[in-house]
Amino acid sequence: MPATPGPDPESWLTVEAGGLYCRPGDFYIDPHRPADRAVVTHGHADHARPGNGAVLATEGTLAIMRARYGDAAWRAAQCAGYGETVRIGPVAVSFAPAGHVLGSAQAVLEYHGARVVVSGDYKRRRDPTCTAFDPVPCDVFITEATFGLPVFRHPPDAEEVAKLLAAQEAFPERPILLGAYALGKAQRLIRLLREAGVDRPIYLHGAMQALCDLYEAQGVPLGPLVPVAGADRKRLAGEIVLCPPSALADRWSRGFKDPLTAMASGWMRVRQRARQRNVELPLILSDHADWDELTATLEDVGAPRVWVTHGREEALVHHARARGFDAKALSLVGREDEDADGEESAP
Amino acid sequence: MRAFADLLERLVFTASRSAKLRHLERYFASAPDPERGWALAALADGFETRYATPAMVRALVEERVDPTLFRLSYDYVGDLAETVSLIWPAVGSATVTEAKQAGEAPGLAEVVETLARTGRAERPALLADWLDRLDPSARFALLKLLMGGMRVGVSARLAKTALARFGGVELDRIEEIWFGLTPPYADLFAWLDGRAPPPQVDGRLMFRPMMLANPLEEADLEALAPDAFAAEWKWDGIRVQLAAADGEAKLYSRTGDEIGASFPEIAGAADFHAVLDGELLIVRDDVVRPFNDLQQRLGRKRVTRKQLAAHPAHLRVYDMLFEAGEDLRALPLDARRARLAAFVARANKSWLDLSPEVPFAAWDDLRAHRGDARDAGIEGLMLKRRDSPYLAGRPKGPWFKWKRDPLSADCILMYAQRGHGKRSSFYSDFTFGVWRGEEVTPVGKAYSGFTDAELRQLDKWVRDHTVDRFGPVRAVSFGLVLEVAFDSLHRSTRHKSGLAMRFPRISRIRWDKPAAEADRLEALERLIERPAAAPPAE
Ligand SMILES: [Zn+2]
Ligand SMILES: [Zn+2]
Repeated sequence: MPATPGPDPESWLTVEAGGLYCRPGDFYIDPHRPADRAVVTHGHADHARPGNGAVLATEGTLAIMRARYGDAAWRAAQCAGYGETVRIGPVAVSFAPAGHVLGSAQAVLEYHGARVVVSGDYKRRRDPTCTAFDPVPCDVFITEATFGLPVFRHPPDAEEVAKLLAAQEAFPERPILLGAYALGKAQRLIRLLREAGVDRPIYLHGAMQALCDLYEAQGVPLGPLVPVAGADRKRLAGEIVLCPPSALADRWSRGFKDPLTAMASGWMRVRQRARQRNVELPLILSDHADWDELTATLEDVGAPRVWVTHGREEALVHHARARGFDAKALSLVGREDEDADGEESAP
Repeated sequence: MRAFADLLERLVFTASRSAKLRHLERYFASAPDPERGWALAALADGFETRYATPAMVRALVEERVDPTLFRLSYDYVGDLAETVSLIWPAVGSATVTEAKQAGEAPGLAEVVETLARTGRAERPALLADWLDRLDPSARFALLKLLMGGMRVGVSARLAKTALARFGGVELDRIEEIWFGLTPPYADLFAWLDGRAPPPQVDGRLMFRPMMLANPLEEADLEALAPDAFAAEWKWDGIRVQLAAADGEAKLYSRTGDEIGASFPEIAGAADFHAVLDGELLIVRDDVVRPFNDLQQRLGRKRVTRKQLAAHPAHLRVYDMLFEAGEDLRALPLDARRARLAAFVARANKSWLDLSPEVPFAAWDDLRAHRGDARDAGIEGLMLKRRDSPYLAGRPKGPWFKWKRDPLSADCILMYAQRGHGKRSSFYSDFTFGVWRGEEVTPVGKAYSGFTDAELRQLDKWVRDHTVDRFGPVRAVSFGLVLEVAFDSLHRSTRHKSGLAMRFPRISRIRWDKPAAEADRLEALERLIERPAAAPPAE
């Protein structure tokens, strides 16, 4: 292991009650309770929470936080582009693309010659709605492990989109209610459908509209979108209606005529989990790295030390150690599984 | 294999019958021969041979995957076939080269035909090679097929219905020849494709589709003329068909499964030439025993002398489809019965008798009889039009079953689960229980008996009284009493309460009744089915 000059990162980057804390810079990364100073990797609610003091994030993330929380988003915000360095006290902070959702970033922290990368959530495959993950050489790599078991291998996106289109062709008389996380997954699905040649309007549950508008404003064209609220629900045969996953089991879904329910999530890989969601068409599509992406990333980044945060840490730590990394689990609380957005949907 | 795996995947997650039919029909129309024929065999009957055991599959995967990672994955997924299908090394690993996976993936036909000529010792290597060449969902289909336990919610009947639609022929025509056909059904598909005449089959001992009755609603009765109908007891056994010819006999269950090996005193002693329709019962000392006694004999591959003596099987017949090769099914019921009565008398077997007609002049006579039904240990009455031919399936009009009045109990709602298909946004599957001491113990599950309006009320009540959640299931506080109607209660060691309820449904929602006044387990125990004290009055 190469010798690191200066203090060991374990002494200046620690897990505190409020989340991952950088002592020399006196800031938190993705704090799960309000902090005076926060570096936010991306806009998902389990990473970007309201009520912080000073927030440092990418432009996309700040736009998402503003759209979600309005004036409660922060007291002061500072924007940093990918590759731009900001000094917080003695710590140099910069962002590298994480490929997770629009604006998502890895936080790169440098202090006394040691570099730590906090990846936040990430994935490695192509996503037409955000910038691709960029491996950053470092001394310590902090990785998520949402799908940190070798049973999670997401199939190619095109296969899953083809399943959806095949269902549409087989049941032209039924509307398709497609459950997808409102931030990121929904817009990525729309883009994938557009790329597959779907140019008809796609219908939106009320909870999807604001974030779709935001993506378009940030330069991600989504094509014709129609709010389902104004549409005649009896006349949506063969149309795709995007909604939050929880809406599928909610009273909201009752107005449609013989709907075909679909859901896009990495958890759909495991039948028992797919069956629990009670959907007719499970699609395996995730914004998190699958097992192969997680393990390949450790090799690509090449950090001698690996800290594993939320998800199935045990398997990834075991694997990393077998591959010669100095790996340990970091117990971060407050992170949620993809799609664990509560069973009842917000409107 | 890929198309078959896709079909299974769709069927597993599809709740509605019409959507399942559409998936099946599209598959039969697009898959080639003999692939679709083997798929049909797998769906309609499953494979009897277990070609792969869990131990063999485990050994294969442990040669390829880190044992700790496998254990963690298996703990998470919970199903061996699924864990293996997902964790099996993909392209790029030491065992699976790009060239190997790019090669032809094995088809279902290749799998079935290769297994048939391969010895046990060669199977692990064969299976490993197939798994290398398949994708995860096809691996899962293959493993389930070879290990057994493939559950996709498709009955043989549904598969045949899809076939009939695909070929544009009557379902009856497929049912009639089905049991004379063998996989991969090339002749059947040639006919359905319109390329060949219907297949010719040897029908001597073949199962013939049964004629089934519709439930009678009391209100229907007044529209029916009593003198057009014959009445019989509805026996509480299982419906069987006995086909015998040339010193051989086969005993079939209602679904066409051969169960003769479990009942050698019948299948081994039918030395006549006929196809009979009747009820399989346990009769000891001229008394029909409760259904539970029959259950002791069902599903056994071999029967001991002791079981034969303790639970002697009996065939009580009520119809005859063929006599000495002559098809009687187009004759009216009265004519078939007359032939059957003469036949039973001539055959003169201790294990064979004729289900008697129950004489009546007016419907009220039968109502009175039906009131006795529960004491006599039988299920109710059958009404059959005297002029009815024997038709496959469940035609509306000629035959009715008139069940005895159900029993009922006031139970407490414990858990609710979301339904499927149209009901997937409703909590519509209910588990209920009764008091045992200070606790509530579950006694059954019901999905029916309520109106749509009541379902909405129940759904709301469940959402408002949830105390815990497990996936699609909610536990509720003990505050709602359901009046549950059921046909009978039996002892059961599989249920925590020690009771098994037959045919429960929710007959009334007792919004008014406090949970403390729901029934107690002791009260239910008094309703447990006992053997008939005396033969039923005629
Ligand atoms: Zn995220
Ligand atoms: Zn996250």
